[in-house]
Amino acid sequence: MKPKTDPKGYWRANIKYVLILLAIWFVVSYGAGIVFKDELNTIKIGGFKLGFWFAQQGAMYVFVVLIFVYVKLMNNLDKKFGYDE
Amino acid sequence: MMNKILLIAEMDVQTWTYILVGITFTLYIGIAIWSRAGSTKEFYVAGGGVSPLANGMATAADWMSAASFISMAGIISFAGYDGAVYLMGWTGGYVLLALLLAPYLRKFGKFTVPDFIGDRYYSKTARIVAVFCALLVSFTYVAGQMRGVGIVFSRFLEVDINTGVIIGMLIVLFYAVLGGMKGITYTQVAQYCVLIFAFMVPAIFISIQMTGNPIPQLGFGSELSDGSGTFLLDKLDGLSTQLGFAEYTEGSKSMIDVFAITLALMVGTAGLPHVIVRFFTVKRVKDARKSAGIALLLIVILYATAPAVAAFARTNLIETVSNQPYANVPDWFKKWEETKLISFIDKNSDGKIQYVADDAFLKGDDGKFDFAKPNLKTKNELYVDRDIMVLANPEIAKLPNWVIALVAAGGLAAALSTAAGLLLVISSSVSHDLIKKIIKPSISEKGELVAARLSAVGAVCVAGYFGINPPGFVAAVVALAFGLAAASFFPAIILGIFYKRMNKEGAIAGMVVGIVSMLLYMMKYKLGWFDEELPSKSEWWFGISPEGFGTIAMILNFIVSITIMKFTKAPPQEVQDLVENIRIPSGAGEATH
Repeated sequence: MKPKTDPKGYWRANIKYVLILLAIWFVVSYGAGIVFKDELNTIKIGGFKLGFWFAQQGAMYVFVVLIFVYVKLMNNLDKKFGYDE
Repeated sequence: MMNKILLIAEMDVQTWTYILVGITFTLYIGIAIWSRAGSTKEFYVAGGGVSPLANGMATAADWMSAASFISMAGIISFAGYDGAVYLMGWTGGYVLLALLLAPYLRKFGKFTVPDFIGDRYYSKTARIVAVFCALLVSFTYVAGQMRGVGIVFSRFLEVDINTGVIIGMLIVLFYAVLGGMKGITYTQVAQYCVLIFAFMVPAIFISIQMTGNPIPQLGFGSELSDGSGTFLLDKLDGLSTQLGFAEYTEGSKSMIDVFAITLALMVGTAGLPHVIVRFFTVKRVKDARKSAGIALLLIVILYATAPAVAAFARTNLIETVSNQPYANVPDWFKKWEETKLISFIDKNSDGKIQYVADDAFLKGDDGKFDFAKPNLKTKNELYVDRDIMVLANPEIAKLPNWVIALVAAGGLAAALSTAAGLLLVISSSVSHDLIKKIIKPSISEKGELVAARLSAVGAVCVAGYFGINPPGFVAAVVALAFGLAAASFFPAIILGIFYKRMNKEGAIAGMVVGIVSMLLYMMKYKLGWFDEELPSKSEWWFGISPEGFGTIAMILNFIVSITIMKFTKAPPQEVQDLVENIRIPSGAGEATH
């Protein structure tokens, strides 16, 4: 006997996760790496100016983390709504 | 025993290259024979049972081409901060892929991207438009790869570029035709291992030499190990401005152009058919998500190292050549001078190399630098090809011969893996989307497999032809393949998944407007076909370069799609049910016709 499914609720939760994660995606790359680069460059960490670091290193690391967070969130969501395989 | 050790230490670069390239090629062929495809399902999607780890590795190798391996670090070392457009653009697309495309396309469970477009938009016209876009994107891209194979062969094995292209064609032909997606997947796994090892070894050596830190990503932000206490990047900024270049950590492109190029590359990455199709090969929707994460992690290992290599190589280059007597230049300088990757002309006859901003030579009619014609308007006396930054790096840093040979094997792995992935997209577009779905639906499974293999042979020959006779514009348009993918597929797929009301009229109109506007902008501002000469940068729309125009074309596609959709009727109920269905991850089953 399968648990009762709620595709609409599942989709809403999914969209919420995607929007939050994409907001972070946008902020670290287009925000920190491009638009606010000059402001952030006044801060220095080691030999890196912070805006430059986001553009050439930091944004990429955050991207990797974002996908794995999404994988984890969605696996939990699948279980909660009975779509797990 | 002693003699043997001595022998290995003294073996020259060429012998090492033959050995390493020979071993890796034997490995690829062995894998192809072991994993040959017996059915169309194995040929198109490797049977649909690839593990997330294997698929992640294969995607990473598929994705990282000769351009990523050989050219990217070089481009960054000359562009400084501006190089970030490639770093963020070619990695950020995977976030879009993982969150917006891969899981749903896997659930949809067919073989190709035009399959999705054709079914979702219940239209043969949509499918044909998609096939056209897939072929256009893949052919512009693959020609560059075959050329890359030829160049690596010619530089390291001292054979003719064309011979190199033909050797590359034969290898790819062998494993793509025999193994299809299944053969390609497992050779790409091996190729990933080869290319990442080959990229990291010299990077680690050089990082230790320059900063004492074995991790290049940290060495990049460390102090130089010469005891001066200066940070590497500060030193590089200083050297750059002193010689009249833009400050390394600042760059010279306008903010809006950096923004537009990055977005076009990200969206283009997510819309490239040879990347998308990799996610059809895993078993479940959750495997598709996970393998996107693994793929990006494996890609970022190389991509986060490249800017470090770029900064090391740039500093090394300036310090080695700037204001040094030409008579004292190291051996590698002479060697690469012969291949025309470096060229020096003593304009002020002082016997020293003046290396400052601006082009040292004038361009000939073919758009390439003519080393017989010095540009007398500038004091710069040195031309350096960007590719040299990776190719000659081990020599500049005086690394052992086997490391230099390893770079050759890595470059070949990168070029071959990408070429194979693209060829498969081309052959499946022809045999599956055109022959099976449009021209002759009654074709048998066996017949379709034969057709798939024949189209792969045809595609290899066409790619090889362009590799041997590159039309002048191929190199210029490879970077624009992303713009084309961004302008065509991305909006159609996204709307297909997230907007149930989207119908065939909207999607077709959007794709056509997107790709046509991208092509026109490219012809006008990149190739200069409509004017006497190439229009200047000041005429670009909103200051956006042709490389960044994919962003505008994509927005146009979205606007046109949604507007047309508002005035035309909703898609039929079964299509709306299909959309409901792909949003639910369970029950993906295996990819089928």
